[in-house]
Amino acid sequence: MTAGTSIRQRLFFQLAGIAALLSVAFFLVVQVVAERAAEGTQDDILSASAIAIADSLRSEESGVTLELPYSALSMLSTINEDRVFYRVVAAGETLTGYEDLPLPDETPQLGLPTFETLSYRGDEVRSVSVVRAVGPATNLQNVVVTVAQTRLGLEAISRRITATATGVGAGFFLVATALSLWAANLALRPIDRMTGAVTRRGPKDLRPVLAETPTELAPLLEAINSFMGRLRASLTRTEDFIAEAAHRVRTPLATVRAQAEVTHRKLQKPEHKQAIREMIRAIDESSRSAEQMLDHAMVTFRADSLAVEQLNLSALVEETCERLKPTADIRDIAIRTKAPDEPLMFEGDSILLQAALQNIIDNAIKYSPEDSEITVRVDAGADLRLTVSDQGRGFGAGDHSKLTTRFERGGNVGNIVGSGLGLTIADEVARVHGGTLEIGNNPEGVGACVSLVLPRL
Amino acid sequence: MRFLLIEDNAKLAGAVMERLQLDGHAVDHAADLDGAKAYISAADYDLILLDIMLPDGDGREFLQDQRKAEKRTPVIVLTARSAVSDRVSLLDLGADDYITKPFDFSELEARCRAVLRRQGGVAANRKTYSGVTLDSTAGELAFAGSSHSLRNRELRLLEVFFNAPGRVFSKSHLMDRMFAFSDEASENAIEVYVARCRKRLDGSGAKIETVRGLGYRMVEA
Repeated sequence: MTAGTSIRQRLFFQLAGIAALLSVAFFLVVQVVAERAAEGTQDDILSASAIAIADSLRSEESGVTLELPYSALSMLSTINEDRVFYRVVAAGETLTGYEDLPLPDETPQLGLPTFETLSYRGDEVRSVSVVRAVGPATNLQNVVVTVAQTRLGLEAISRRITATATGVGAGFFLVATALSLWAANLALRPIDRMTGAVTRRGPKDLRPVLAETPTELAPLLEAINSFMGRLRASLTRTEDFIAEAAHRVRTPLATVRAQAEVTHRKLQKPEHKQAIREMIRAIDESSRSAEQMLDHAMVTFRADSLAVEQLNLSALVEETCERLKPTADIRDIAIRTKAPDEPLMFEGDSILLQAALQNIIDNAIKYSPEDSEITVRVDAGADLRLTVSDQGRGFGAGDHSKLTTRFERGGNVGNIVGSGLGLTIADEVARVHGGTLEIGNNPEGVGACVSLVLPRL
Repeated sequence: MRFLLIEDNAKLAGAVMERLQLDGHAVDHAADLDGAKAYISAADYDLILLDIMLPDGDGREFLQDQRKAEKRTPVIVLTARSAVSDRVSLLDLGADDYITKPFDFSELEARCRAVLRRQGGVAANRKTYSGVTLDSTAGELAFAGSSHSLRNRELRLLEVFFNAPGRVFSKSHLMDRMFAFSDEASENAIEVYVARCRKRLDGSGAKIETVRGLGYRMVEA
């Protein structure tokens, strides 16, 4: 499985990104609105001041006179330490004020003040100009009053507003980010719930998941359930196929074998009997191989979906031995069990363990001489050990580890029928239970000694 | 013994019946569950041999029905599946034992005997000759008021003689009866077992004598 990008991360970053954009927008809006408001205030005062000056213009015979009302300028000085400039121009001549204060490019219309931002004496200034017609009705004269003020105060206000807006914006961003994280987690909680519902299940549990899911996740859940359904069907098909294959192979073999035995009984000539005997041995060999291969397939298949249950190993050993006694009895071989009286509990797949033990004991019966004894011991030490020892030919010298490889048989098997899968099956069963299969020769004398070692609970 | 064989494969059933009859057993054959029920209601059997996959149902249902009806006739299941592939143990369903196809008849016989012995109470399968009684089910030889248990091969050898006292059996015939096909046995092995049986019969009214060049027979001591 490749680890893609996390939805949680993506959702978080997207939400945080949106929060960042909103914060910047908020910052800009606050900045613009506040600056406009500050600017508007300055403009209002400037125009009030200009109008006050214009209002004090008098027309006399000598021309237009002005008695500058100081209140008009003092209202401006309330704003910080800004310097104030003014100029009154009548008929192209400066009546009073700063002669170099620039006039507006266009003569403003009556009653409408003109605002300009310009550079004057090294500072940025805001100027307002108003026009007033002064003089007798016959000789009206347009007088332009211009009042300007530097913008230091405004800049200070603007800086304060910027600082506040930045603080509020950053705070908003941080809070929004924290909320995004929380929201992302909250939004993903149904997925966590669903994951939990699926992962809590046992390996064999392929029933549909019924966890409560939001509508958006319903298609995913449906897909999971349909997949599990298909998996279940496929597992059942495999099991059925293996069982069916066994049936198909064995039934005709059983017929041939039974007929061969009948024929063997009826024949008289030793060479004919010998031929039938060979035939029966070949049938046994092929049926044994088929059985072992199918068992091996089944064990491998089942190892992935181990059906674990609490079982009593002593009882399992007794039962398996009891079942094999008639087979051993045919060759006058006795099976002796030595198990502790108290139950030995183990968590495992009883059918697999039985198959493993049966394969080991089958081997012991096959390779034991007639009139001998097989001992099956259960020891509960640090590990649980099921040991099968016989009085047969043993494993010979050399490396025994290869014997658990598929189709690998010992070097001294002679002409005893076998498939080379028995110990492989036992080894596989041991391994899926977290244990090992130990193969060796009987330390107390002749014969083989095979132990299924299982870890304690 | 009287067997009921429930098996849908006609060829296999035919061969099994013939083989069992060669050993002197009586066998009825039912090809499906209906037939089996008819036979069961009409006669008593010592043993039922039951196939699991049948045309009109699962042999396991038959097994459960039998057990519910508390019929104690022992059942040995003939299965073509491996034990590993059957999740539900046949033994849990009330079968007394099972044997996987294809099977060796000497093993089937051994299992039948073991089942009957476990069951107990069933009429013993006894043969008496010259004051000596051979109980095949119990695997015992009794004479002069005491009984001795026999090893499997001793029992099988004595069975041959008790079935036809006085008749001469060749070594090769005795070998066929005593050894499974998987066994590598020489005719010398027969001498070993004959010697053992002679020891078992020591002091009884019967003995096994050698018929030079032909084989052995059981005669009165």
